[in-house]
Amino acid sequence: MSTSDHLRLAVALSDAGWHPAAWREADARPGELFTARYWADLAAIAERGLLDLITIEDGFGLQSTDHLAESDRRTDQVRGRLDAHLVAALLAPLTSRIGLVPTVTTTHTEPFHVANALATLDHDSLGRAGWRVQVSARADEARHLGRRALPGVRREHLDTPETARVVQELFDEAADAVEVARRLWDSWEDDAEIRDDATNRFVDRDKLHYIDFSGDHFDVRGPAITPRPPQGHPLVTVLAHREVPYRLAARSADVVFVTPQDVDDVASVIGDVRAAEAAVGREGEPLRILGDLVVLLDHTQAAAQERLARLDARDPLRSDAAILATTPSDLADLLVAWHEAGLDGFRLRPGVLPDDLNAIADALVPELQRRGAFRTAYDDTTLRERFGLSRPASRYATAGSTA
Amino acid sequence: MTRKQIILGAYFPGVNHDTVWSDPASGSHIDFASFAHWARTAERGKLDLLFLAEGLRLRDRGGAIFDQDVVGRPDTFTVLASLAAITSHIGLAGTINSTYNEPYELARKFATLDLLSGGRAAWNVVTSSDADTGENFRRGGFLGHHQRYSRARETLELVRRLWDSWGSDAVVADKDAARFLRDGDVGDFAFSGEQFDVSGRFTTPRSPQGHPVILQAGESPSGRDFAAAHSDAIFSRYQKFDEAKAFYDDVKSRVAKAGRNPDEVKILPSAAVVLGDTLDEARDRHAEIHHRQVDPQTAIVLAEMVWNRDLSRVDPDGPVPDLDPTPDAPKWIRGRAPLTQDAHATAAAWRELGREKNLSLREVVKHVFDRAVFVGTPESVADEIDRYVRDGATDGFIVGSHVSPSGLDEFVDRVVPRLVDRGVFRSEYAGATLRDNLGLAPPARFGEPRRHDSSVAS
Ligand SMILES: Cc1cc2nc3c(=O)[nH]c(=O)nc-3n(C[C@H](O)[C@H](O)[C@H](O)COP(=O)(O)O)c2cc1C
Repeated sequence: MSTSDHLRLAVALSDAGWHPAAWREADARPGELFTARYWADLAAIAERGLLDLITIEDGFGLQSTDHLAESDRRTDQVRGRLDAHLVAALLAPLTSRIGLVPTVTTTHTEPFHVANALATLDHDSLGRAGWRVQVSARADEARHLGRRALPGVRREHLDTPETARVVQELFDEAADAVEVARRLWDSWEDDAEIRDDATNRFVDRDKLHYIDFSGDHFDVRGPAITPRPPQGHPLVTVLAHREVPYRLAARSADVVFVTPQDVDDVASVIGDVRAAEAAVGREGEPLRILGDLVVLLDHTQAAAQERLARLDARDPLRSDAAILATTPSDLADLLVAWHEAGLDGFRLRPGVLPDDLNAIADALVPELQRRGAFRTAYDDTTLRERFGLSRPASRYATAGSTA
Repeated sequence: MTRKQIILGAYFPGVNHDTVWSDPASGSHIDFASFAHWARTAERGKLDLLFLAEGLRLRDRGGAIFDQDVVGRPDTFTVLASLAAITSHIGLAGTINSTYNEPYELARKFATLDLLSGGRAAWNVVTSSDADTGENFRRGGFLGHHQRYSRARETLELVRRLWDSWGSDAVVADKDAARFLRDGDVGDFAFSGEQFDVSGRFTTPRSPQGHPVILQAGESPSGRDFAAAHSDAIFSRYQKFDEAKAFYDDVKSRVAKAGRNPDEVKILPSAAVVLGDTLDEARDRHAEIHHRQVDPQTAIVLAEMVWNRDLSRVDPDGPVPDLDPTPDAPKWIRGRAPLTQDAHATAAAWRELGREKNLSLREVVKHVFDRAVFVGTPESVADEIDRYVRDGATDGFIVGSHVSPSGLDEFVDRVVPRLVDRGVFRSEYAGATLRDNLGLAPPARFGEPRRHDSSVAS
C-alpha cells in the first residue's frame, strides 16, 4: 500500500475527554486542565502515535450538557476553557511533526486578527497549522460581547424557518471570514520581502496586495500584517452534519469532519458532501473527508462495554458522532472497512484523557500498521502535504507587478 | 540597605527605521527561531520581561505601501504563547489595543496566556492613534482621541471584572465528591457602561498572578491620567535624563493624585544601547548605526510625519524646510504612532535647532531621533543605567537594539553582569510570577479585600 492509501488519523482533544464523567477516572488530571503541562503531555502522546493532527475544542461560553444551550450551572462536570488557538501556539515549539488545529469561532472574532494569528501559528510550527472553523449560535455567547443579539438555537427548533435563517446567516458569515483569511494569506506574495540594498527597499510593494473585501458583516482592506505562512494557507477544517455546514465545508474548507453512524451511512454522507461540492461549484481539490468517532478502548469487548456502562452510570454520554466502546483490534478493523467505504480517515474523540489517547497511540496505531493501513514514521511534510493537498499559489501573484 | 532594584525588559527589534535590516547580522523578524533566540537571551540575563509592540496595518505613505523599513509582524498573542513554552520565568508583555478588540476576547486570551505561562503575562494597553487601522476591522475607522481613552478605561474595567469572576479557589476538581467547580455561579459577570452592556459567565479560570500586569504607553494628558489610575507600569519614549525625570515626576504625581502609592506604577522608557570596548569605539559604532537608521529617505519620511505632507522634493541635506505643516489635511503617512501633538510648534523647534547649530534636515532628524541614550563601554553604560534609577528618572528600561534577533546578546553578556555586581539587578529570579519579579502585590479581587497570597487555581 502506498502512503497515499493510508488512512489519516486525527484526534480531537477536549477537556478531560469527551465522556462527561471522564474527569473522575483514576488517571484523569482534572486539576491540571488549565496548565501548560497537561496539554504538552497530551500532544506528546499524540505525536508518539504518529497522528496527523490534533484539534482543540473551544467556545466563547462555558460547556453545557447540551452544547447548543446556555450555561447550565452544573458543578459536577468539567467547566472552563482555555483559548484553543493559544494552546496550539504553546504546543508549536513543543512538538515537531503533528498538525495543530485550534477551534476558532467566526461569529464573534475579527477575521483580520484570526487570519494573522493562524498565519503566525503556521510560522511558529513550520507549516503545521490548521483551523477548525466554528460558528457560535448561542445567545449567551453573543451577550458576552454585547455587539449583536442572537436569538439562540434550540435543538427542538432546528428545522423551523426562523432557526434555519439564523443558522444560514452564521454560516454565510463564516464563509466570508474564511474567504477574508485566505485572501489575507495571499496578500503577501511568497517573495515580497526583498531586502534590496541597492534600492533601499525592504519589501517589493508590488507583491503586497490590498484585498478590499466587502461583505454583509464586515469589510477588510488588507494586506495582512503577517507575511504569507509556510503552507501558503493553513489547513481549513469544518465539522459538518447537515446540508448548511456541508456547503460551508464545500465552499471554504480543505477537510471536513463528518459523523456517519455506521458503514452504510458512510456512503450516504460522502454522497451528501460531494453533492454539496457540486452545488457550490467547488473547483480544485476535493474535500478530504474524515469520520468522527467517539472511542473508549479496552482489552476486551466486554471490558470496554463495561467501562462505558460504568462511566454512563455516573453521567450518560450523548454524542452527534457514533460511540464505539471496543478493542483496539476491532476498532482497527472497523476503521479499515470504513476507509475502504470511502472515508479518507478519522478524527477520533477519546472518551477519557489520557487513557483513550494512550490506547490510540500505543495499541490502535500498531494494529493499523500491522494491517498496512497506517504509516510507520512521519514523513517530512507540511500538514497540507500530508493530506495530499498542494500549496496554493497567491491568487494575486498573476495579477503581476503593476500595483 | 539593599539598593533599589532596576527593572529591565527587552523589546523585539523590527517594524521601524531603528532596525537596520541591511546589517549582515540582521535575521528574520518573523521566524519563531528569532523570537526564541531573543527570549532565551533575555531569560539568560534574568530580565523582567519581553515586550512586543503592535501595528495593525501596514504603513503607507501617500497611499502607497511604505517599502523602506521593516514591515510585517507575527500575531502577538501567538508568539507570546509559543514563547511561554520555551521560557520559564520571564514576563511576556504584548501590546494590544483596546479599540479594535472586544473585552471578552481580550480577557480570555490574556487569562489563557497567564495560565499557560504560570503567571507571566502582561498587557500593554494602547488605544491606536490611527483611525485608518479601522479599515481592517468590523467596526471600521472610529473613535476620536478622547473616546479611545474612555473605551480603554471601560475595557480595562470590564476585563478586570472578568478576570475576577473566577476566584482562585473556583476549581475544586474533587473526583470523589463529584465536584468540579466550587459553585454554580463561578464566572458570573454583568457590566453596563457607555461602551459595553454585557453579561454572562466567563470561561477562563483565574491565573497564578491574579491579573496579568497592566502596562500602558501614551503620553497625552489623558493618556498619562489613564496610566496613573489604571496601570502597573508605563512604557515611555523619554530617554534623555531631564526629559525622563520630568515625565517620571509628572506621572508619579498623577499616580498620587489618583489615590495610589507612586511605587505601584513603574516607569520604563525604551532605550537602545550601543557598546564598544572604549568610549571612542562605542561612539563610532553609534554614529555608523545611526547614519544607517536615518538615511536620506528616512529623514524625509520622519519629517513628513510632522509636516503631514509630501516633502519628497525637499533636499535632506539642505535646511529644515520653511513650509507650513498641514496637520488637518488627510493623513499623508498612515500606520505609525504620531510623533507630535503640535505640528507647528515641532516644525518651528526643528527649524530653530537647524539654524542654531547649522544642521541640515537630516542632521536635525538624527538629533531628534537619537534613541541610543546609552553609548559607551559596558562599564559606563551600567553606570548610566544605575544613575537614572538612583536619581529618580526612571524605574528601569525596556532595552532594544538595531539588529534582530541577536542585538540583545551583547547587553545581556556585558552590561547585565555589571549591574548584578553593583547589587542593583538580580542574579536569580525572585519568584514565579511576573508580579513577584516586579515587586507588585497581587490584585485584590473585585469586591474582596486585597490579599497577599496568590494561590494557584489548579
Ligand atoms: C513609547 C510608546 C510606545 C507606543 N507603542 C505603540 C504600539 O506599539 N502600537 C500602537 O498602536 N501604539 C503605540 N503607541 C501609541 C499609544 O498607544 C497611544 O495610542 C498614542 O500615543 C495616542 O495616545 P496619547 O495621545 O495618549 O499619546 C506608543 C506610544 C508610546 C509613547
